[in-house]
Amino acid sequence: MRLAFSDDQVAVRDAVQAFLAEAVSSESTRTAMADGSGVDWPLWRAMARDLGLTGLAVPEAFGGSELGAVETAIISETLGAHLGAVPWLASTVIATKAISLGGSDTQGAEWLPRLAEGSAIATFATEGFEIRNGRLTGSTPFVPHGNVADLIVACADDQTFLVPTDAVGCTITAQTTLDQTRPLALVTLSDVEAAPLPALDWCDIEPLAWTAIAADSLGGAQACLDRTVAHVKERIQFGRTIGSFQAVKHRLADMLVAIEQARSAVYWAAGEIDAGGPDARLASHAAKSFACDTYADCAGHAIQLHGGIGFTWEHDAHLFFKRARGNMSLMGAPVWHREQIARLMPLEVACD
Amino acid sequence: MRLSYTDSERAFRTEAADWLRSELCGEFADVRGLTSRVGAPERRLEWEKRLGEARWSVIGWPAEYGGRDATMAERVIFAEEYAGAGGPPRINHVGVELLGPTVIAYGTAAQKARFLPPIATGGSIWCQGYSEPGAGSDLGAVRTRAQLDNGEWIIDGQKVWTSLAQFSGWAFILARSEPGSVGRNGLTFLLVPLDQAGVSIRPIRQITGDAEFNELFLDGARTDQGDILGAPGEGWDVAMALLGFERGVSTLGQQMAFRNELDAVIAAARANGSAQDPLIRQRLAQAEIGLRLMRFGALRMLDQEGGAGTGAAITYKIQWASWRRSLGELAMDVLGQAGQVAPALPDGDYAMPILTDLFLNARADTIYGGTNQIQRNLIAERGLGLPRELRGDLKG
Ligand SMILES: Cc1cc2nc3c(=O)[nH]c(=O)nc-3n(C[C@H](O)[C@H](O)[C@H](O)COP(=O)(O)OP(=O)(O)OC[C@H]3O[C@@H](n4cnc5c(N)ncnc54)[C@H](O)[C@@H]3O)c2cc1C
Repeated sequence: MRLAFSDDQVAVRDAVQAFLAEAVSSESTRTAMADGSGVDWPLWRAMARDLGLTGLAVPEAFGGSELGAVETAIISETLGAHLGAVPWLASTVIATKAISLGGSDTQGAEWLPRLAEGSAIATFATEGFEIRNGRLTGSTPFVPHGNVADLIVACADDQTFLVPTDAVGCTITAQTTLDQTRPLALVTLSDVEAAPLPALDWCDIEPLAWTAIAADSLGGAQACLDRTVAHVKERIQFGRTIGSFQAVKHRLADMLVAIEQARSAVYWAAGEIDAGGPDARLASHAAKSFACDTYADCAGHAIQLHGGIGFTWEHDAHLFFKRARGNMSLMGAPVWHREQIARLMPLEVACD
Repeated sequence: MRLSYTDSERAFRTEAADWLRSELCGEFADVRGLTSRVGAPERRLEWEKRLGEARWSVIGWPAEYGGRDATMAERVIFAEEYAGAGGPPRINHVGVELLGPTVIAYGTAAQKARFLPPIATGGSIWCQGYSEPGAGSDLGAVRTRAQLDNGEWIIDGQKVWTSLAQFSGWAFILARSEPGSVGRNGLTFLLVPLDQAGVSIRPIRQITGDAEFNELFLDGARTDQGDILGAPGEGWDVAMALLGFERGVSTLGQQMAFRNELDAVIAAARANGSAQDPLIRQRLAQAEIGLRLMRFGALRMLDQEGGAGTGAAITYKIQWASWRRSLGELAMDVLGQAGQVAPALPDGDYAMPILTDLFLNARADTIYGGTNQIQRNLIAERGLGLPRELRGDLKG
């Protein structure tokens, strides 16, 4: 039993790390926040064109590379560390995967090549819609990157549908979102004609989605720790670097302890998913709840240990803090995920 | 990344499981499931010998000293099977997991030949004499003295919290051999036979009612000039290397024992209905998550060179110690008032139900082997590169 990455996985990690270190900056993320789209377009295009990352889940026949959950986690973690403002999670990890997994050949041929090359963006909506007379009706205010999407993978009554955003009856309203690097849109469908994804069980998407959010959180938490460690080594108060004070050191040590557990959680979950293991759901619930809690704590500690400057708009600490909170709320809060684990354990009263 | 075992690892697991089952359901059924580390010492000593005869005692050691050259994965597998089969805590944990590896790393050929085989066969039990009344977290404050006299070290001082000394034939101790030296300088790592006039041992009753640890008085105790590890005055490095074994590898296989404890808490929660309480469910789920993450943390440590990160090792002690302490607290909340009373005992001794005992026992985990605070210092300094703690200067 080994948790080490394969050589290919190490190569993916190194390439993505090197690329994102160059391609993303506080400025590029802030530009994306300010233009209202929440998308760092040069970054998104480069991810698609230069690295082919948007084809991650797409079968080779449709122009993708068909990589697994471990690679998804590696990329999500790195994006999280850099706070990349791109529709990676909604489009590449979740919606594209859903079509790859459950779409008909026609649906695949229509959408997957464009999604793989990044010229189309998809998102997902799991609640708010119902089927009436074979058409979709309803609304939901929380669709990630819905403002820039060409396609929505929408769940209704245990089925999943493809809804192009230019369909008659589909309206999308951009919203102001706590985390401006991943804006949420209000999507309303009235009597929209939509084709189901014939072979999709949404349950098959969830573990990967939860794990990707967990990986984003892991990367973000580690970045909070790294940046804070750098700060406390420089900042002097009372004639000493503040990193020499034990109250500060111990808090940072606790951050590392939690992050190392979150790392175990994310790679365990990803490994289980790729192995088709029996614990994939348990592991991804664990990863989602543990890593999101860890990120929220680490981002909070980062603000605290930066002092006043950590509370400014100019400093990046709030970007991590808001992403952390967004990750926590997205696709089930930690409390909900732990309750799902309790059900898997199981904790029903013993009958005799 | 590979989440399954190799064929040879699976075969090893089967071999270990079969042997453990036949012994622990057969001749040694009486020690199966023992939890206290001091109960039934004679039977435990016999169990050590049986493990040794079958070469399951020190599997990670080289074959020439009674080991099996087992890989790290095999060591974890064995530890899992051992706990799964209800194997009792090893009375010679210190010899097998701490002293042995240190002798292998620092001993001379003659020392290896002399000290290792008796540990492997269960014939010599060891205890660890580091702590003193004035030197706990700050081991550099050790004051026990060792002086060379006619080819022998003469040792004077007092050790404390020495676990299982009452069953041990030998102690390794850290002593100051250069008068006037301070801190980590001038210390020597000595191997001391306990069966001699200069040594006395007084058990200390602890929070659980048991007496696992002891005071160890060294009053002109003697050991041969050659019975030290490392050079005279250079014992600190040896002592630290041993602490590395204590905090790291030797605890990798604990998860199965922890699994048993968590399962006992879950069973109690199901039995009394508290498993339906949403807050208890949250905490049980948290405990389950923590346990699983320890396991994968351990697996990442096995792959130090691998890409999934290497920070796991330095954080492991605080992880498991804190996890187990929380489990003890959860157990008490699950039990409610039932955790307050012991079943009637014939001799009226203080012996709490097993989960209450866990609650009490777990308070030690965040103290021994380096307290949680000391672990945080280590993580901050070695893991994150933050400044070292200031040292006080207590004079006069
Ligand atoms: C069950 C058990 C078994 C043991 N077995 C053995 C054994 O076999 N052999 C042996 O040699 N020892 C043994 N010990 C001793 C153990 O290693 C020490 O108790 C431990 O190292 C702490 O030392 P201390 O008890 O002197 O506490 P102290 O060092 O006095 O610590 C008291 C408190 O101060 C805190 N503190 C101390 N220094 C710092 C610092 N620099 N920064 C922040 N906080 C600090 C500690 O964290 C703790 O909370 C055992 C202890 C227990 C509980």
